[in-house]
Amino acid sequence: MPVLRWIRRNLVVLAGLLTLAYMILPNVVVMVFSFNRPKGRFNYAWQEFSLDAWKDPCGVADLCGSLSLSLRIAFWATAGATVLGTMIAFALVRYRFRARGAVNSLIFLPMAMPEVVMAASLLTLFLNMGAELGFWTVLIAHIMFCLSFVVTAVKARVMSMDPRLEEAARDLYAGPVQTFVRVTLPIAAPGIAAGALLAFALSFDDFIITNFNAGSTVTFPMFVWGSAQRGTPVQINVIGTAMFVIAVAVVLAGQSVANRRKSDAGK
Amino acid sequence: MSTTKAPPAHPVEAEVRKPSTRRRLVPYWLLLPGILWLLVFFALPMVYQASTSVQTGSLEKGFEVTWHFRTYWDALTDYYPQFVRSLLYAGTATLLCLLLGYPLAYLIAFKAGRWRNLVLVLVVAPFFTSFLIRTLAWKTILADGGAVVDALSTLHVLDVTAWLGWTENNRVLATPMAVVCGLTYNFLPFMILPLYTSLERIDGRLHEAAGDLYATPATTFRKVTLPLSMPGVVSGTLLTFIPASGDYVNAELLGSADTKMVGSVIQTQFLRVLDYPTAAALSFILMAVVLLVVTVYIRRSGTEDLV
Repeated sequence: MPVLRWIRRNLVVLAGLLTLAYMILPNVVVMVFSFNRPKGRFNYAWQEFSLDAWKDPCGVADLCGSLSLSLRIAFWATAGATVLGTMIAFALVRYRFRARGAVNSLIFLPMAMPEVVMAASLLTLFLNMGAELGFWTVLIAHIMFCLSFVVTAVKARVMSMDPRLEEAARDLYAGPVQTFVRVTLPIAAPGIAAGALLAFALSFDDFIITNFNAGSTVTFPMFVWGSAQRGTPVQINVIGTAMFVIAVAVVLAGQSVANRRKSDAGK
Repeated sequence: MSTTKAPPAHPVEAEVRKPSTRRRLVPYWLLLPGILWLLVFFALPMVYQASTSVQTGSLEKGFEVTWHFRTYWDALTDYYPQFVRSLLYAGTATLLCLLLGYPLAYLIAFKAGRWRNLVLVLVVAPFFTSFLIRTLAWKTILADGGAVVDALSTLHVLDVTAWLGWTENNRVLATPMAVVCGLTYNFLPFMILPLYTSLERIDGRLHEAAGDLYATPATTFRKVTLPLSMPGVVSGTLLTFIPASGDYVNAELLGSADTKMVGSVIQTQFLRVLDYPTAAALSFILMAVVLLVVTVYIRRSGTEDLV
């Protein structure tokens, strides 16, 4: 049986492709149902083809407001976490100092903690301080949990960096600032970019921590959560589809730039 | 460095030392803002939560620290089904993630060739589409009378799963199977990426060497690939199990009242019932259980230099 033999030889590939299909399937469903005209409040069953939602993505009350709020929070959270995280990563890789172990555990712990535990404890802090829940408390929370991921991403890159390049720059009479801006930063940039991208995605998509600390402020994930109870507008699928397409395009574009640089360097 | 060994009273020495102390302080200045942020908004809240868990009182009269440890006992006896369920669902989802994720990670690392980048993008892209929207899509996929449920029913899979208690009444939605399916789906990237990184580091020549020594592909996998990928297996398992055990979104969206997980209870106690001590105690118990499971697991798998 040649067919069976072929299947046996390519078992890993087939299993991998099945997993990939499992991962992509919901995205396909989201995409297909963005062209649906549902009967009733919920968009779970296919009725008929329509472009209504694509023509008017902001046609639902509060949807685009929550979207822009989430984008703003994700932007500032990314900026904050990337700056603070990069500084910590450089300190950890480049310097020997006391309390290194303690700092490492403090970085690791937020990642080793179920989100709901952090969300609840942060809420007890805010309640005790009498802080008003909203934009600022969400932003504080997002910077907190994105920080560790940025540190990990940047650390990985800086660790694989050859310190002799910086020595060479100094030997060529570059000052500390010049060395950092012209040599260190460009080499660390891919790690910083990866950390920032991860922070943006984590912050934009976070539901649990946001839900605890947002008060009556509604971010995009919270809007989707609410709509699961009240009725899901098709526009949610439109935005989900657009996000998927934009993300794939951005990542592919980034990779093709990196590839071109690599081939240029090879010449 | 030789200058520091000069006689201490020498006047030049003091001038030389100044910049060197400043240099020694550089790492601390770099750490200060970020570490302060984590101390104030991560560590300090844990202290507040610990104090909240031993308070008694009500929202109207206010809460007071009374060292009332019974709250822990009551929380545990009242909600142990949700605890057990959380660990069970998270454990099952982690195992499924490993079984599903390993072939895909292997495919990307060794077989994808020039498609590698595209496949990686397809693994990471779901991060960027709201996971709530994708979880809601599972409602459509697993809908009663939908293609998936029909197929499983025709193949008599649902009879087996119903016998095991995973599904009921020929439906998948609102059953444990739907929740575990959603959890597995949502945390798969967290399993695949670490697996891929550790597989990618393996030198392909080791596989050739094993083949030259007459190892079958299965033996090569068991004796070479799998042991070398253990760091990825361990960190992937942790990255899946920990968030899955605290998740309540999948249980709420895809499950029913009988599939509630402990995160859901914490959320309800905190945000709706406003019984802060019980909620804080529950969240501490969850943290303790997770840390315990993780510590034991790391010890047993013998890779402590993960962090």
